[in-house]
Amino acid sequence: MAEAHPVGFQWVMEARKRGAKVFHVDPRFTRTSASADTYLPIRAGSDIALLGGVVNYILSNELDFREYVLAYTNAATIVSEDYVDAEDADGLFSGFDPETGSYVQDSWQYAGHERDSGSGHTATERDTAAGLRHESHGAPIAGQVERDDTLQHPRCVYQILKRHFVRYTPEMVERVCGLPQEKFLELARAWTQNSGRERTGCLIYSVGWTQHSVGVQYIRTGAIIQLLLGNVGRPGGGVLALRGHASIQGSTDIPTLFNLLPGYLPMPHHAQHPTFDEWVDAIRHPGQKGFWGNARAYAASLLKAYWGDAATPDNDFCYGYLPRMTGDHGTYQQVLDMIDGKIKGYFLLGQNPAVGSAHGRAQRLGMANLDWLVVRDLFMIESATFWQRGPEVATGEIVPQECRTEVFFLPAASHVEKEGTFTQTQRLVQWREKAVDPPGDARSELWFFYHLGRRLREKLAGSTLPRDRALLDLAWDYPTHGPHDEPDAEAVLREINGYEVATGRPLASFAEARDDGTTAVGCWIYAGVYADGVNQAARRRPGREQDWVAAEWGWAWPANRRMLYNRASADPQGRPWSERKRYVWWDESAGRWTGYDVPDFEVTKAPTYRPPEGATGPAALAGDDPFVMQSDGKGWLFAPSGVVDGPLPTHYEPAESPVRNSFYGQQDNPTRKTYRHPVNSINPSPPQEHSQVFPYVFTVSRLTEHHTAGGMSRTVAPLAELQPEMFVEVSPALAAVAGLTHLGWAHLISARAVIEAKVLVTDRLVPLRVDGRVIHQLWLPYHFGFEGLVTGDSANDLFGITLDPNVLIQESKIGTCDVRPGRRPTGPALRDLVDDYRTRAGIVAGAVPPAVTPGVPVDQPGETAGERETGADERGDR
Amino acid sequence: MVDTDDRSTPRDPATGAGWVDPPPRMGFFTDTSVCIGCKACEVACKEWNGVPTSGLDLLGMSYDNTGALTANSWRHVAFIEQPRPAAASEQTDTTTQFLGMPQSGPPGRTGTAEGRNDFRWLMMSDVCKHCTRAGCLDVCPTGALFRTEFGTVVVQEDICNGCGYCVSACPYGVIDRRVDDGRVWKCTLCYDRIGAGMTPACAQACPTESIQYGPLDELRERAAARVATLHERGVPEARLYGHDPSDGVGGDGAFFLLLDEPEVYGLPPDPQVPTHDLPKMWKRAGVAALAMAAGAVVAFLGGKR
Repeated sequence: MAEAHPVGFQWVMEARKRGAKVFHVDPRFTRTSASADTYLPIRAGSDIALLGGVVNYILSNELDFREYVLAYTNAATIVSEDYVDAEDADGLFSGFDPETGSYVQDSWQYAGHERDSGSGHTATERDTAAGLRHESHGAPIAGQVERDDTLQHPRCVYQILKRHFVRYTPEMVERVCGLPQEKFLELARAWTQNSGRERTGCLIYSVGWTQHSVGVQYIRTGAIIQLLLGNVGRPGGGVLALRGHASIQGSTDIPTLFNLLPGYLPMPHHAQHPTFDEWVDAIRHPGQKGFWGNARAYAASLLKAYWGDAATPDNDFCYGYLPRMTGDHGTYQQVLDMIDGKIKGYFLLGQNPAVGSAHGRAQRLGMANLDWLVVRDLFMIESATFWQRGPEVATGEIVPQECRTEVFFLPAASHVEKEGTFTQTQRLVQWREKAVDPPGDARSELWFFYHLGRRLREKLAGSTLPRDRALLDLAWDYPTHGPHDEPDAEAVLREINGYEVATGRPLASFAEARDDGTTAVGCWIYAGVYADGVNQAARRRPGREQDWVAAEWGWAWPANRRMLYNRASADPQGRPWSERKRYVWWDESAGRWTGYDVPDFEVTKAPTYRPPEGATGPAALAGDDPFVMQSDGKGWLFAPSGVVDGPLPTHYEPAESPVRNSFYGQQDNPTRKTYRHPVNSINPSPPQEHSQVFPYVFTVSRLTEHHTAGGMSRTVAPLAELQPEMFVEVSPALAAVAGLTHLGWAHLISARAVIEAKVLVTDRLVPLRVDGRVIHQLWLPYHFGFEGLVTGDSANDLFGITLDPNVLIQESKIGTCDVRPGRRPTGPALRDLVDDYRTRAGIVAGAVPPAVTPGVPVDQPGETAGERETGADERGDR
Repeated sequence: MVDTDDRSTPRDPATGAGWVDPPPRMGFFTDTSVCIGCKACEVACKEWNGVPTSGLDLLGMSYDNTGALTANSWRHVAFIEQPRPAAASEQTDTTTQFLGMPQSGPPGRTGTAEGRNDFRWLMMSDVCKHCTRAGCLDVCPTGALFRTEFGTVVVQEDICNGCGYCVSACPYGVIDRRVDDGRVWKCTLCYDRIGAGMTPACAQACPTESIQYGPLDELRERAAARVATLHERGVPEARLYGHDPSDGVGGDGAFFLLLDEPEVYGLPPDPQVPTHDLPKMWKRAGVAALAMAAGAVVAFLGGKR
């Protein structure tokens, strides 16, 4: 955190000054470790084993916050008798379909609800990264559930959880993660002791957790711990994602993703959502408990905002104009499609995939096979000049004179050169003013898209073709100002907030959204950010002039609520769990919820409220169901649906690992998304042969001195000079083994690429003893590329393409490689070296390792483990 | 120009330089125990003061690619990777110890303190000390270096003639000539900012309040309290550096909280202003000159005789 988020880290330092204890778990000793009380080195890719160890420690010592767990989580809920845990099936859960490499979730449901998983089959959910939809709400379940409040029923979630993690002992943590069990126990003790009525602990993670083939399950394990300890919905608790750069939260709320529309409404799928009604019902799940019952109003108001007067109830608000998904349209699928000539043009904004994405060579080869490419950036980045100066030019794979892609580079305005908002991890929306005019031809994104749309519409004006209607019918009318006709950003914010169509009155909350075409709302969860016609995001009342929740600084979605599920900060009867942790509580005399924050609950629903038989929507939630966006009102220790790779997190080895899975016969995530394409190869892992060809583990991350793919730091002298060269960090032991010398050169080889770097030999990296073997880990910064004041080979070139099945994030925090002293070869000899390694490792172009590890029994016999052809997307938070 | 006060009771340097009713002496307290090595101070300094680049070399000195305070680096964050001192590691029994970082085998497992290779990564943002007795100021023949009303020491770039006397007069090796222009450059404690009531750029940018700016008296009190807190929390190695008005430079306007001996950070353990002996030397030279003159007179008188 000190490395990648130094400004946020000031609050950790502040907490530490007040006596907080800081643990830091990382494969290498970083600037965060230097400021932590305890540092735990860990083998990259083994975090579920560590966190599962904490779950086991809590459960086997009965250290959970029992009252909270019983009342607010699904611990007491009984699960179907058809359910078979991974613990009993060598690493596979019940319902695995080897043909598609995905699960049918019927057997994971609560008892009596086995049919509630919908189609039950998650193959399409995976292709469309459906897990992302649950960012604002849980997956559906209907009706009442069976409970055992004694938590003794063998099929209650509590007992299933206990059995699932029973082998995640301190000894196993040491064996799998390579960290000593005393250190593990110190962490587990501190975490549990700092939780309960009087105390809370928070968990902070970043892309070191997400960028794995089991990334979502990493976070799930952390969330399970926090629920068991009562650390959710309470002040000082929570699971906090530090985003890769400013407003990543904003770009999922109002998404730059192929599978979502604003406010986590799913992008329609051509087969599943042919009509508006079917689309809306797929979101609101008629008959379901919880707050999604109004989805029709949010959806209709969004379409009304898009198509204005043209959108009417009679034409389903122009639902027919919305693009449809036909499968996976994610970044990595697109790049492979570019290589195959299926994609002709590409807009690239705020991203530098030639450096920042996994498998840089595939990215560059893809972009070199387009008709046109538009790049908007602050500086001339690698993704705009790959055709001229990229590594493939040196190897002869791209010939500048013959490269067919026409690149249009358009200079962009930086965040200080335009007005707008940032949304951070707490969902706090903060307005920022323009400080200076952008230089030269640089323009804002808003300017670019508004005028692009305007010009396209002018060119199409008069067209009678049905395909042009969607563009011509758009409500594309924003006030502009200044010499360049800059659109008014506040007008856009007003539309995002939503307004009454007839009067133009801004809505005060999403409760005012209607499904009859009388309201237009750009993003329903942001309704209220422009309440009363005031830019609430621009509020800057100093903290010293208000209470510690500071509700008048900026604006948080939803409804300016600073903490979600804050009903959980009070006990089931509505009283604060303790004076110290008082936050939101039931005021008996006033008959309403009150507190420091906006209550995340129906404000007059008493703690004693019990839903009548057959109730649906919000009315079906009881007065002590705090997780109001979950369909049963409970925090999910066990996820019957919504997570496609298992209802409980399970330790799987990364797609590339030097060791065998110590827990199960199943080596890696059987549902991970792989691509069978000649450009994409995966290094072999045990039990496959030849894994020793790539004996070392490497991981990449950031340096404080640089920013992501380097486009904003390697181009700026005061930053560039602070970390001026690409380097690789190795331990003294590995340096001795591999013959590397401090400040000498080394080159690293994977099945995809070979890159070179200067060597830093440092005690900050330490070999770990894993399963009786010494495992060496190397670390590289991923900031370098071939443009800018300082240049170097790109670490991400080493990675192959393997994705998490829930959200299609790429596994780019761990891979295997070999390392050798000296500089890499140049020219065609470079590819020869890679080919030599591939031959020795037995790699066949286009083949991917089997999804199910040979020898693991699958309920449906007669199938060879799924070597599937699939595709995907990632979140873009790099 | 030579400050002739007794070294145990230095006068306020601004008053000593002739300022009438100067504002309180301002300075930096750099608390290295909360430094996270982000180098925001280096960047902010360069941006505000327009300091040119200091080169694009990978130095291999941990994460330090600046190397030293120079004419083109007025803040310098030092990174020191070190095994934890044996004496200290014996005392850290439970709460604040780091994991062992052995060369191979499982970490933290070796039993004896001797066999352990506990690791520590120290970071420290160094800067001009703005000495109470500033050697650079003493020797400057042009008056380019001067004492401000805030008690800080600043070079006037339009007066400096590049003679370089000050370079050898600095006991810390701070002041330095810029190769391409010959003049000397160093931290001004953002004279242009503090004169307008603003905080110096580095302190403003520091995210963890490792660099604190304020009236020196206040900073000294704060620093003493911080050392006491750290001692209570089992960090006996915490100590102040440059805070003592009775040291060889009369105390620094920019002083530090360190977690190890000054030498570890590349700081002199007992800095002395080289002009300290000047009065004595001048006295002796005076005496010698008088004696010589007297001798000459005597010789002439004798000759007449």
